Parts: sequence; C-alpha cells; structure tokens
Amino acid sequence: MSRKEFHLIQEYVSPVVTYNLLPFRFMRLDGDSVLLTNDWGEFKIIAPDTFERFIYKQLDTTGTDYFDLRAKYFISDTRSSDHLRVMASKYKTKKSFLDGFTKLHLFVVTLRCDHSCPYCQVSRQSEDKTRYDMTPEMAHRAVDLMLRVPACAVTCEFQGGEALLNFPLVRDIVLYATERNRSIGKFIDFVICTNLSNLTDAHLLFFREHNIKISSSLDGPAFLHDQNRPCSRGSSHALVEYNLRRAQEALGRENVSMLMTTTKESLAYPREIIDEYLRLNLGSIFLRSLSPFGFATKTMKTIGYSSEEFVDFYKKSLDYILELNRRGHSFPEGFATLILSKILTPFSNSYVDLQSPAGAGFSAVAYNYDGEVYASDEARMLAEMNDTSFQLGNVLDNSYEQIFFGERMQAIAAASCNEALAGCADCALQPYCGADPVYHYATQGDMFGNRAWSGFCKKNMAIIRHLFELIRQTNGETEEIFWSWINQASREEMKLPKVPWLSN
Amino acid sequence: MAIKLTTYGNTAGLNHRFTVRLTRDCSAATLNQTDLALVVSPARECDDLTQYENFAVVITDSSVLFDRLVTAGIPAARVQSTEGYREGYIVTIEPGSGFIRTIFRPESPHNTIFTTDRCNSNCIMCSQPPKEVDDSYLVEENIKMLSLIRASPEYLGMTGGEPTLLGPDLIRLLQAAKEKLPDTHLHMLTNGRLYKNLSFVRRIAEVDHPSFISAIPLYADVAGVHDYIVQAHGAFDETVEGLYNAAEAGLAVEIRIVLHKQSIPRLNQLAEFIYWNLPFAVHVAFMGLENMGYVKKNWEDLWIDPVDYMDSLGAAVKYLYLRRMNVSIYNLQLCLLPQSLWSFARKSISDFKNEYLDVCAHCTVREHCSGLFLSQVHRHSEHVHALTVV
Repeated sequence: MSRKEFHLIQEYVSPVVTYNLLPFRFMRLDGDSVLLTNDWGEFKIIAPDTFERFIYKQLDTTGTDYFDLRAKYFISDTRSSDHLRVMASKYKTKKSFLDGFTKLHLFVVTLRCDHSCPYCQVSRQSEDKTRYDMTPEMAHRAVDLMLRVPACAVTCEFQGGEALLNFPLVRDIVLYATERNRSIGKFIDFVICTNLSNLTDAHLLFFREHNIKISSSLDGPAFLHDQNRPCSRGSSHALVEYNLRRAQEALGRENVSMLMTTTKESLAYPREIIDEYLRLNLGSIFLRSLSPFGFATKTMKTIGYSSEEFVDFYKKSLDYILELNRRGHSFPEGFATLILSKILTPFSNSYVDLQSPAGAGFSAVAYNYDGEVYASDEARMLAEMNDTSFQLGNVLDNSYEQIFFGERMQAIAAASCNEALAGCADCALQPYCGADPVYHYATQGDMFGNRAWSGFCKKNMAIIRHLFELIRQTNGETEEIFWSWINQASREEMKLPKVPWLSN
Repeated sequence: MAIKLTTYGNTAGLNHRFTVRLTRDCSAATLNQTDLALVVSPARECDDLTQYENFAVVITDSSVLFDRLVTAGIPAARVQSTEGYREGYIVTIEPGSGFIRTIFRPESPHNTIFTTDRCNSNCIMCSQPPKEVDDSYLVEENIKMLSLIRASPEYLGMTGGEPTLLGPDLIRLLQAAKEKLPDTHLHMLTNGRLYKNLSFVRRIAEVDHPSFISAIPLYADVAGVHDYIVQAHGAFDETVEGLYNAAEAGLAVEIRIVLHKQSIPRLNQLAEFIYWNLPFAVHVAFMGLENMGYVKKNWEDLWIDPVDYMDSLGAAVKYLYLRRMNVSIYNLQLCLLPQSLWSFARKSISDFKNEYLDVCAHCTVREHCSGLFLSQVHRHSEHVHALTVV
C-alpha cells in the first residue's frame, strides 16, 4: 500500500461540523475563569471568552478547547455518536450510593447521658431507666426492619444519649442481629457512638469479639473540649484521652474514630484543635459544624455562629492541615476528602449528610428509644423539640412498607433531590452538594427551603468553591496530598514508586 | 538478541502445508506420527532410514541425508542450519516454497497465536499491515498448534490482523485454548470494533476462559483524531461501545496507546478520558513506536523523539497512578525515561525482535531495559546512551 492511500486528518476532523450543547451548569470562579459541570460531576474550567464562544457555538471545531469540551461530554456533534450509554453509565455510577436502599440504621438505645453538652438537645440526666431506654422488643423489631432492606451490607450504629449506659441492650441487639442474620447473610457493620466516659474491659472484649467499631467525640484540647462537653464524672477530656488509648490498643487504631464539633469557642483555635488530634495519634480529623437548629435562642447565642464564621474557620484549619501534610504527615480532613472524591473521581460516596437524593430515609434511618422511626438523626432531635414532622412510623405498629414508602417518606422524597430544587437545579456545584429537607424545615419551616438565606447552601457552596480554587491552583504536591486523602493512603504511597533494583 | 523465526528450505514428499512439533529423539514417533517432525543434526552415514519412516517429516541440514530420504520416499526438508529447531518447537512447513515458520517456542514468554492478516482498520502506524487474503486455514492450524503444546506456557498472545474478524471461529479458538491450556493467560490484541456487537461479546464471555484479556487501543479522547489514526470513520464510537460491552459481559480489558506525533497532543486528555469513562480497564499500556510496516512510510507524520514527549507521558502516567490505575510503559529505553518512570517500564519487546545497540554494552541498567526493536537499530532516538547508575 502506498503513502497516498492514507486519508488525511482533515477528512476526520473536518471544520465543517455543527454542534449542540449537552446539559451543563456553570459558575464564575474567582478571577478570570468559568467552571462548567455536568450531571455526573465531570468538570472543566475555561476562560470567559472561550465560554462565550462555546455557548454561541462559535468554537473552532478543530481546536483544543472544542476537543476538550467534546471529550467531557459538554458538546455533541455529528462526528460521533453521543455515547448516551457512556453518560448513563457515569450517572448511574455517581448515584450508586442508592443501590440497596437504606444502609445506615441508627439505634437510639437510651437518652440517658452523663454529659450535658450544650449542642445536644436530646440527652437526659435521668436515673429512670424505664422512661428513656429502648425496650428489647422494640430493638428486635428495628433489627428486623434493618435486615429487610435489599442492601447486602448495612451499618448498625448505636446512638444515645450515651449508648454504653444501656450496654445490655447493645449486647442484646448485636447478638439478636447476628443470629437473625445467619439465614440472611448480610454484612453487618456495627458501630457504637460513645463518649467513652465509662468504658470497661468487658465492653472492649465484646467489641473485639464482634468487630464493633467505636465512634467518639473530641472537640479539641482540654480547655475547649471540657467547655463544650461538661461531664458529671469530671474532666471529659481526661476520660477520653485515657480511654481512647485503651480502645486503640484493644481494637486497633483504624477501628476508633473521633468526631469534632465546632462551637463558637472553637472558632479561635483551629491549630490547637488539629494539634490535639495529632498529639493523640488520630490519623485524621472531620471538621463538623453545628447542626444549628432545635436550640433555644439563648443556647444559640452562646455556642452558635454564622456560616461565614464557620467557613472562615474551616479555611484556616484546612490551610494548616495542608501545611502539615506538606511537612510529611499523612493527615486528611474528612469533609474535604468527601468533596474532593465527588469532584475528582467518577465514583459515588456514601456520605449521608451531603447527597442527592438526601440521606434522610433513603440512606439513613433512626430508631428512637421510644420505638418511633425518624428519617435521620437530626429528625429525631427535632422530635425532642416536639416536632414530629419527620416521623415515619413506629417499629411496633408499622410495617416496613408503611415506614419506608408511606406518605411521610414520599413528602420528604419530593424535597430530597437538589436536581429539582430552586436555586440548586442551576448551580454548578449541584453534583457535589446535596439536599437537606430536615435542615430547611427546621430553619425555614419548609422542606424545600430558600437557598438565598440557607446556611446549608452558604456553607457548602463556600467550601466546595474553595476546594475548586485549591484544585485550580494546585501544584504536584497538593495534588498528591489530595489523592492520598481520597485513596486513604500515606503521602509516601502517592509518590511514583522507585524500582527495587536501584540503590538509594 | 533477535531470533530468526522463518527460513526457506527444500522439501520433498510433502503435499500440503502442515503444523508439527519438533523432536530430536528418533524413538519419539511411537505416538502420533503426523504430528511430529524429526530434526536430524548432525547426520551420520550409518543412519538407519527405517527409524525415520514414522515421522511426518525429517528436517536436516545434511544434503546427503536429504538425498537419501528423498530416494527412500521419506518426507524431508533440508535447511541451512538446524540450530533454531529445538525440542518442543512447533513449526509450519509449506511444500514447494519450503517455507518454515516457527510458531511456538516453549521457553519464550512471547509466543502468540497469529489469527489472520485481515483487518477492518488501517492504522497509520501499523507494524504489521493488513492483507486482504483468505487465511481462514489459520484457524485449524492454530487449534492444531494448541493441541501440540506439551506444557501450558504462562502466557500466550493472540494477534493479527484483527482476531475478531474470525467471528465464530474465534470462539472455537478460545474454547480450544481453554481446554488445552487452561493455565495459560491469554492476551488478545484487538481493536475492539466488532465488540460493538453485544451478542458476540457475550459468546466470548461464555467461553469462560479463566484468564483472558482483550487489549484494545484507544488513541485519542475524541472521535476525529482516533478515527484518523486508525483510518476508519466511526471506529472510535465502535471501540467505546465495544469496551462498554466487554465490561458489561465481564470481559477484562486493557487499554493500549501507541505514542507518536498524532497521539501525543491529546495524551493527557486521553488519560482523563480513560479514568472517567473506562475506569474498569485492568491495565493501561503506553507504547513506544515500532519502526515497522506503515511506520516507515508515514515516518514524518509519526516520529517524535520520546525525549520530546516525556513531560506529557510523565503527566499521563502520574495522573493514572494517583487514581490507582495499573499503568505500564512499553518499548521505551530506560535512558530516555526519567528515573521516576522506571518502575512503569516493562521489558516488553518480544525476544525474537529485541536488540540492543553497541552503546548499550556499557550500560549498567541494560538487564532491566526493554532494549530496542530490531527495526529500530538504524533509526531510533538520538538520545539513546549508556547509563552508569547502579
């Protein structure tokens, strides 16, 4: 075959081609650039003049910008099919957290607690076990519901109050669920949320025997933690520090995680909080804002803050965490890691607090101490303020179908997709954000909510935007850090490997 | 060192092309005589010809023995040297032309089943340009070859041309490979275009070969550029659809990218495309150019010194590595790669066409280096040099 028999590239990349825009959302970033995103979270940052040419269909169809946008499915043209199947597959992959339906099942085994944290509205300082403890009968019905969901893996999480104050019921639930599951064969991940104040060796032995993970709370160094979390047994911080080590030794470091809650007092101490997590050998931190509803106005004034204040605190903290990572620590921030994996990977993640459809009912459900079923942990807290709007039923009176597919759940579902919420539907950050009908109901009296004065929207948009700025300005090192977080790998594991045969 | 796999000799007493396994043991023909060729070297005057009668053919470098065999009516082939004909090799012999091709060598990790010369694409850098010929007889020859292999090799390639053009015969071939060599990894080079037919892909998957990978090239993230490189309109769409069909049917796929002037400009975007659209690929291989076939014709449109695309290649490798995809670099010499990429470089060049330059003799990492294609010995990067690291 001679050379002249080859066809020239112009025959395949002809400039004469018309193109259409595929569905996308956009937003102007700081400085001179426009962020484009599509339904499954693929993004492209382009210059404003390129954006103008793009939308007016004036792009050079043989140029790099055109090819880039074509390859990321912002454009379709007659040169090639639209690959609907590829797009559908990517959308399905992003939404695969929905597979198997509700996977996180919260069991509020008691409301009794030895702490009196101002940001918690639900715990009771009561010795009356009968009034605030879940009964075994209710617990068994809740386990039955949990084992009814189609998911092959579920999480059974014990909540309180202080769950360990009703350890006999925790024990009973674990044994009952394990026994019932023998013929069902799901994978059950047990997690106990505890303040660790009365952790005994018997508890640890049981946790180890049944692979139960611990989730506890640490708000920072002693002065801050003890202010946020007053305890009737003395310094909560001292108890946490002592028992955290015991738990890490007994169960392994990876099976003990800590949650941090930010109060007004915390805002001034980003470094101190993070240093405390490092000091206690906790491999990561999750900077969590208050769920700012259901409080008395007086409490809110003492511990609350605006979204702007939190975002400012968050950015400062993240800067410091990045600095630590640059110095060689492998220390991720949990919220950033979740958002980054939404932005930078085609995969789905199961973070029930920020997804669409919202986690409430779809991904999580809470069985309260009195047998009432709520769409989320926040929903049952709302119920303690005498608002039962998110009550889906009762474990003793209602069937699986009535609880998960009843009118209540359908009303929640209607407000659960940010694809269809005013203010979200056309937001470029929609694929990385979520809907929160409970939050918006609690703060605005309306599950759909108005984004213009939504603290949820303000906070999440600001943080996601900030992460986009970091991605945009990223150098090789920051990229490695971000991927070490996403991959749950050390900084060292993200460096290109050396060949084994090369010395030094 | 490159190895010569084809020779022309003289034959006598043969009436059709056939495939045989070689032996040097004249008592071996008690089995199935039509499957064994005896290699005799050196020949002795006293040789008793009756012991040769049971073999399909006797291959010798002795013209004296050859003449005696012809006179005795025993099928025979005479070659210049029998050095390249070792115990257990499998060869095809053509009467008339006396053409002998070695198609299997037990000790080599680079054996391949050559399925066909035909192809439905016409890539501008094809190292083995397609021929529009009827070579359907290769199917039976290949099945025969599979039955002649005594011990399952670790690895067996399948190449062409385009193997999927075999259609139902490809299924037969895969079934034969599964039955005869169940412990062998099978690695098929295909452009994946015919995988657009889901029922065909399902039938391949139903063979249920225990270790079968389809290695499919993707040269760009946009249709126009890929279609130009493979010289076929619609090829990109077919291959993408085919990759999805393979994933749906549960077939493992590898993505292969040949690096040249036409594929380099979008290499990084291609890596992004692979991660976002084909994260199910079990392996991504970036491959240096082999100076064979069309490459010689299209040299000006293809050649770019690897040193000049190293930044792009490094970025693409790192992009996929951070995303935990399995990445390799084939056919590029260590002296052209920064040390940071050495762990991705494989000794990928098949032994029979593998060479090193004179300058390589002093290189301290030569044993870890892919070396060059035989075809590159006189035309390669001017930056190839001996390294002195240990």
